[in-house]
Amino acid sequence: MLLEDRGKELFREHGIDVPGGRRYSDPEELRSASLPLVLKALVPVGGRGKAGGVSKVTTSEDAVREAIRILSLEISGYRPQGLLAEEVLSIEREMYLSIVIDRSLGIPVLLAGAVGGVEVESLPPDVMGRWPIHPFLGVGEHLVREVGRSLSLRHVEEFGKMLRGLWELFIRTDCELVEVNPLVLTTEGRLVAADSKVVVNDDAIFRHPEIGGDLPVMDVLEAEARRERMSFVRLDGDIGVIANGAGLTMATLDEVDSQGGTLGGFLDLGGTDDPRKIRKAFELMSRSGVSVILVNIFGGITRCDTVAEGVLGAMDSLEVVPFIVARIRGVNEELARSMLESRGIRAHLDLGSAVSDAVSWRSSA
Amino acid sequence: MIDGRSRVIVQGITGHQGRFHAQAMRAFGTRVVAGVTPGKGGETVDGVPVYESVREAASSQGVDVSVVFVPAPWAKDSALEALEAGVPLVVIVTEGMPVHDAMTVIQFARVMNARVIGPNCPGVTVPGAAKVGIMPNGIFREGNTAVVSRSGTLTYEVVNSLTEAGMGQSICLGIGGDPVIGTSFVDALGLFEADERTSEIVLIGEIGGTAEEEAASYISAKTKKPVVAYIAGRTAPPGRKMGHAGAIISQGRGSARSKAEALRAAGVRVAERPSEIARLLTDVRRR
Repeated sequence: MLLEDRGKELFREHGIDVPGGRRYSDPEELRSASLPLVLKALVPVGGRGKAGGVSKVTTSEDAVREAIRILSLEISGYRPQGLLAEEVLSIEREMYLSIVIDRSLGIPVLLAGAVGGVEVESLPPDVMGRWPIHPFLGVGEHLVREVGRSLSLRHVEEFGKMLRGLWELFIRTDCELVEVNPLVLTTEGRLVAADSKVVVNDDAIFRHPEIGGDLPVMDVLEAEARRERMSFVRLDGDIGVIANGAGLTMATLDEVDSQGGTLGGFLDLGGTDDPRKIRKAFELMSRSGVSVILVNIFGGITRCDTVAEGVLGAMDSLEVVPFIVARIRGVNEELARSMLESRGIRAHLDLGSAVSDAVSWRSSA
Repeated sequence: MIDGRSRVIVQGITGHQGRFHAQAMRAFGTRVVAGVTPGKGGETVDGVPVYESVREAASSQGVDVSVVFVPAPWAKDSALEALEAGVPLVVIVTEGMPVHDAMTVIQFARVMNARVIGPNCPGVTVPGAAKVGIMPNGIFREGNTAVVSRSGTLTYEVVNSLTEAGMGQSICLGIGGDPVIGTSFVDALGLFEADERTSEIVLIGEIGGTAEEEAASYISAKTKKPVVAYIAGRTAPPGRKMGHAGAIISQGRGSARSKAEALRAAGVRVAERPSEIARLLTDVRRR
C-alpha cells in the first residue's frame, strides 16, 4: 500500500480532485503553516483514525504539539513516515468509492456507497453497491450514470471524470485496490477524494520503477528476504520454520501450533534448490532470534542432499547456531539424513515427529 | 483433460526450468512434441524441436496442451500467443505473474473457449498416462482418488502419503496459489464428478479468498462422490501474505476455520493435518 500523499499524487495525475496539502517531517515547520489544518500520520495501513493518527488543529501551538504526538505513535507496527497536513474541507456529505479485484469473478469490481469515512468491513453488505467492470471494456457512460444516481450526485460529469481517472490509475499502475474513503461532497459542490488507498500488485512492481522505491517496509529482515524472492514473516515465539512452498509452510505452522509450540517466524523458500539461498534463509532466521529452527522440505525435484549441504554451510557460517531439527523428503533423502546426523542435527522423515522434537527443544537442546 | 495421447508443447523450453521439466515430463511418458522460444527456432533441446512460435509448432506437430515456463514479465504474451493459436489447454507454471496479466489471459481464454490452469501452479498429472507441469515423477500411483489443490509442495506431500498408504490417484490437479486463476475448485469438482475413473476426491485448500466456500456450496448441490479436505493456515497471522499471493486473511474473511466449517456443513470430512487425509479416505471408502 502506498502512503497517502503518494496515492494522492497519483490521484491528481489522473484528474481526481484532492485536498490541498503538503508533507512534513519536522513538527517545528508547522508553526508557520496557515490554519486550520488536518494532520494525518503517513502509515501504510488502515485504522489510522482510531489509533489517534488524525487530528484537526486550529492554532500553531496545537499544530506543533499534535505533530509531535502523531509522529511518535506506532500504528499496527508502523512508525509514521511523516505527516500530511491538509486543508479542512467543508463537508456536505461523505461517500465511499473503490475499485478492487474480485477473486471469485476474476475481474475488477466497483464498490460505491452513500456512507463514507467508516471501515467498510463494519457495514452491512447491502449498504454498498457492486458493479463488475470487465478489463477489456472499462468504465462506460451507463456505469457513471448508474453509480452517480445511486450516490445521489447531481454533477455527473465531474463524477465521471473521477471514476474514469480511478479506473485509468487502477489499470495503468497494476493496482489490486484503489479506494476513496471518504469521497467528500463539499458545501461548495466540490467532489474531493479526502483519503487515498492505493495498493499496487507486488508482482507488477518491476514495471513501475517510479513506485517501487515508495513501498514502505516493516522489517529489515523481512525486506532482505523479499529481495531474495523468499517470503519471511517474523513472530515472537521460539520456533522458526523454514519450508519450501506456501502450503507446506502453513501446514508446518499448523502442526507446530497443534503440538503446543510457539512460532518465532516462518520463511518460505519457494521453489528453490540453491544452497546459497538456504544458507541465507538460515542466516535471516537465526538473526531474528529464534531458539529453534525447524526445516521442512518436501523435495520433489529439489535434491535433499543439496538442501543438507545448504544447512551444513549455514551452520559453519553462523555465529550463534540455534537448535536445528530437519525433516527432508524426496530424492536422496537417506543421504541427506546421514549428512545431517553426522553433524548432530536430528533428521526426520515424518513431519509429526520432527515437530514434536522441535517443540520439546528445551529438554533436548 | 490430458492423457497419454495429448500432444504437449513447452513454451520457454530453452530456459533452465523449461528444459529440466520437459525432460521430466517425457520420462513420465508425456508426449512432448515441441518447444517454443522466439529467436531459437530450428534448434533442438534434448531431441525436442524448437519453433519460433506456437503457430509454427502447431502446424508442424499439432498441439493439445501448452505449458508455460516463461519468466513472469513475458508470461502473459506467451499465454496469449498459445490461446490465439487455438491451443485448448494452457498450463501456466510461472510464479509471480502480475495479477492484471492473469486477468487478461483468463478473460481472453473465455473468448477462445479454452482452459487456463494457473498461473503459479504445479500443473496436472494423470498417473500412468501423462504429466504436464512440475510435479515430481516418483510420488504417484494409478488409482481412483482425484486430488485438487491450491498448493505445490503440500500436494506432493499429500499425494506421496496417499501412495504410501496404497491409495492411487486418478488425477492430481494443482490450480495455483494466486488470487486470480484460470481453473477453480468448482471447475475441478465438475470435471472429477464426470470422470469415470474417479471415485473419491481430496481437496487441499488454504486461507484467503472464498474458493473453498464456493466449493462447499457446489459440493452440497452437485457432488455425489465423497470429498475429504484439508485447509492449510489455521495458525496464519491475519493480514500477512503467506508465501502465495492469494493466501491472506483480509478484513476478517478467508480464515481456515470458516472454510473448514463451510466444507463440513456440505458433508465433507475435513482433516486436521495432512497425514490424516489417508485415514479419512479409508473411512469414506468403507461407507
